[in-house]
Amino acid sequence: MREITVQQIEEKVKSLFLAAGTDIGEDISACLKHSRDNEPSPVGKNVLEQIIKNNQIAADEKLPICQDTGMAVVFAEIGQDVHIAGGSFEDAVNRGVKSAYQDGYFRKSIVSEPLFNRKNTQDNTPAVIHVKLVDGSSIKLSAVAKGFGSENMSAIKMLVPADGVEGVKKFVLDTVRNAGPNPCPPIIVGIGIGGSFEKAAIMAKKCTAKPLDQNNPDERYARLEEELLKDINRLGIGPGGLGGKTTALKVHIEYAPTHIAGMPVAINICCHAARHKTATI
Amino acid sequence: MQQYSIQLPLTQEDVLKLRAGDSVLLSGELYTARDAAHKRLVELAEQNKELPFDILNQTIYYVGPAPAPKGHAVGSAGPTTSYRMDAYTPKLLELGLKGMIGKGKRNDAVIEAMKKHKAVYFGATGGAAALISKGIEKAEVIAYPDLGAEAIHRFTVKNFPVIVLIDSLGNNLYETGPEQYREI
Repeated sequence: MREITVQQIEEKVKSLFLAAGTDIGEDISACLKHSRDNEPSPVGKNVLEQIIKNNQIAADEKLPICQDTGMAVVFAEIGQDVHIAGGSFEDAVNRGVKSAYQDGYFRKSIVSEPLFNRKNTQDNTPAVIHVKLVDGSSIKLSAVAKGFGSENMSAIKMLVPADGVEGVKKFVLDTVRNAGPNPCPPIIVGIGIGGSFEKAAIMAKKCTAKPLDQNNPDERYARLEEELLKDINRLGIGPGGLGGKTTALKVHIEYAPTHIAGMPVAINICCHAARHKTATI
Repeated sequence: MQQYSIQLPLTQEDVLKLRAGDSVLLSGELYTARDAAHKRLVELAEQNKELPFDILNQTIYYVGPAPAPKGHAVGSAGPTTSYRMDAYTPKLLELGLKGMIGKGKRNDAVIEAMKKHKAVYFGATGGAAALISKGIEKAEVIAYPDLGAEAIHRFTVKNFPVIVLIDSLGNNLYETGPEQYREI
């Protein structure tokens, strides 16, 4: 049994969110530059140039990439041979989020209750925490700072088996077309297929935080990712929604076993400021 | 597609000459407001009460800035998605609002009100918030400090780069721009 203290967890969560908010991943940076060099629309090219410049300023001056520093989502894979010592895991994660958002001059965007009085919690907590118990004696933490301009353009639908691949494609293209300029294109499209209602949504969220140079290991799904990316980039929406061929940087799909009667499909859209960092304790 | 430098507040002449697709550098004062502040402004207007600032000919920037680090006038401050303000916008246009800065689509009611009252909708690049903050020289909260980032700020901007998304005739860059590149 390995002991990991709540202080270690808090510090790791803090440093991951601080880094996520100001330093865009190298994979995204490289993809944005490649898109700029290949974007035929002058207006679109200019938008990509501004985004690249912005990300450089944010990294150099440790300023938030976007003023919407997001809702903190944490994926934790906890080894079953770990003993968490000194307090509660959830409290440690939330303390880490709180101090990252304070020390980083990040915006606090969370309200404690959604419908009636929407009072700001003032420290960007609580985080949304997804825990998975795994083999081993370490904890893997992924910090995702999810902006809501793109979150609001996400969608879930309970397709039926007869809808097939064409049904999935139509749902994805309709969702991206309807979103248009709103989610700050170029976007990353995370798609969860199968499982149950909530499983599909969680898979879609996880997809928005995968490295851009990684494809689904199943060839059929990898091909679908490529086909969808091509089709999305033929919609014309372009950078900032002002027209062009760079509407999405990447489509990621995860799938899971599902029921004989169903085919849930969840689409989580992420803006170009896809902010996430992962580390293992 | 013209390029202009415009001093705020906007004049009727400015609004009428701008066309969707034009690039504009704005200088002067503007106000910030998001969902929660819009709700309060429209509630006041509906009760015929005075607004916390004179909205005639003014420009509202849809933004909730990040806190200002030491030595900065403001933290990162890019546009938020505008459609959430659509329900409140026609009323503010009726009261004399001339300019809006945001990102994303507007509904038909907003576009009709823009045509009727002669107003313009500008776009700033979503997610370029650190870069955009460099064009904001001064920021002060003038109303609703309890709303935190959603409080109404008065920004003093210099050569703040925007593009005309929808003009006072209803021409819409979000329709004409993508149309040129649409293959499916």
